[in-house]
Amino acid sequence: MSSVATSAPAAPSANPILALRRAGPFFFVLALAALVYALIGPQQFANALTIGAIYALIALGYTMVYGIIALINFAHGEIFMVGAFVSLFFLGEQLGQTGPVRDLPVLLVLVIAAFLVTMVVVGLLGVLIERFAYRPLRNAPRLAPLITAIGISFILQNVVQIIYGPSPVNTPQIIAPTERFGLLGASIGYVNLFVLAAAVVLMVLLQLFVNRTRLGRAMRSTAQDREAAQLMGVDINRTIAATFFIGSALAGAAGVVYGLYFGNISFVIGFQAGLKAFTAAVLGGIGNITGAALGGFIIGFVEVTAAATGYFVWAQALVFTTLILVLVFRPAGLLGQQLGERA
Amino acid sequence: MTAAPAEAGDQAIAAPAGGNDEAAEVILRLDDVHTYYGSIHALQGITVDLRQGEIVTLIGANGAGKTTTLKTISGLLHPRQGTVHFRGADVSRRAPHDLVKDGISHAPEGRRIFSRLTVLENLKMGGYTRRPAEIREDLSRVFELFPRLFERANQKGGTLSGGEQQMLAIGRALMSRPAVLLLDEPSLGLAPILVQQIFRIIQEINAQGTTILLVEQNAQQALAIAQRGYVLQTGRVILADSARGLAANEDVRRAYLGEI
Repeated sequence: MSSVATSAPAAPSANPILALRRAGPFFFVLALAALVYALIGPQQFANALTIGAIYALIALGYTMVYGIIALINFAHGEIFMVGAFVSLFFLGEQLGQTGPVRDLPVLLVLVIAAFLVTMVVVGLLGVLIERFAYRPLRNAPRLAPLITAIGISFILQNVVQIIYGPSPVNTPQIIAPTERFGLLGASIGYVNLFVLAAAVVLMVLLQLFVNRTRLGRAMRSTAQDREAAQLMGVDINRTIAATFFIGSALAGAAGVVYGLYFGNISFVIGFQAGLKAFTAAVLGGIGNITGAALGGFIIGFVEVTAAATGYFVWAQALVFTTLILVLVFRPAGLLGQQLGERA
Repeated sequence: MTAAPAEAGDQAIAAPAGGNDEAAEVILRLDDVHTYYGSIHALQGITVDLRQGEIVTLIGANGAGKTTTLKTISGLLHPRQGTVHFRGADVSRRAPHDLVKDGISHAPEGRRIFSRLTVLENLKMGGYTRRPAEIREDLSRVFELFPRLFERANQKGGTLSGGEQQMLAIGRALMSRPAVLLLDEPSLGLAPILVQQIFRIIQEINAQGTTILLVEQNAQQALAIAQRGYVLQTGRVILADSARGLAANEDVRRAYLGEI
């Protein structure tokens, strides 16, 4: 039946104005990318894409959690940070890795294992936090879970600080940062390519999951109308837990690639990255997955452009100026719902 | 039957006078149900039963407790006192998603379709508790009932007209293959011609074997297709009778059928 159903007349996207409105944000990002490329050249552009990919991965969790329970999960940045440390614990302390691995099959196995372990551990951490910190407050005034999230964020920071100390810790860069290839006159690290590819693959998988699977449909339904979703037979507690698992696991993946790319981590990296990823999610239209990904790349572009053109100290200010400018013209963010969420 | 509302108390559950099959099994029974919204005592001892294969309607003014009754049955609200029995089992404490599996489906007031999901996705959500093969089967049943939904299968729910959205809400509720279907104001806000169509479809669904509890503003139409009805007022059942009896009742006519 579904094959018949898909041949039914298509949606009203024939409306050219609507189509243009929808395509607008993508053109905006492309134009921005072109401008950034012209300003900073291919070398720094690759850098911007890499950092943008990390922000994008973190932003997905913010936007998914907000979408389903309307909570800004301020502990999400710390979940990313914990992910970076879990990866360090696994690769460095358990497997004894200290530097580049030249054997490609071994490297591949290591990287995939690091992703799997970290994503599962951090995903479960997210589920645990939801279960014990947020679920009891689900019907409380919205400020209560928000403050709780900030509290969780401090707890996670302190726990990591107690275990690993306050100073930055080196992480094993198993993908040699010195391995590079030439492209358009720039020398680009394979690790950059890897980070970008990993992020894109995860984002595509997430889109497929959310749009094509039964649980993905349940998540979207719960986000739109929790009560109606219950009446369809959706166990919303399980659906919300699944959302936390996936969002946190993606932040964990971002933690893994952060360690691989930068080579050192500390207990404070979650605050900065979390704030920017949150900005990315708002910029893209909070609740919208594609928007969060676009927002992440925009933040990466703005930040690296500022740094590469000698305005490093202005990078933060520029990031938030971009946010304000976008919100002035599109209050719901680039891809946000312009109308009510539950029309 | 001319019992005035004032004379009929909490326990005024008369046996149906209108000749429905008396032997039919009671599939759903609310027994002295009290439901609260916080401190507001919304249902003050509702006793209602539904027999296999019936259409039963709840009529009453706004705030009488009709929607609250449906929400208490589908598990969105739990009674503080009294019980809901479905097929003999006490389901007063069961979660809504379990009740869907049990066979109770609730098409809520205001349609509540998922506007950003396509029509097909909405219907698949309706079959959330069912297996893919069953979903395929039920999809063709719903598309047969509502050919319009088939034409619009890939459109976003929010782009449908009011009538189409109502069809989607009913079709979606049918996707779980309910034994009991709770319909809350299915004709609200529809053009008269669509109202006729919706009521015809409700009868058809009933004829296919689904027991229906119908809440309607449009009491006249509801009584025309129902076998029995209950009149609710401020959280109590003030009158219970056959649909024919209610339609003939002076007080009901005056209060709910818009006659002087």
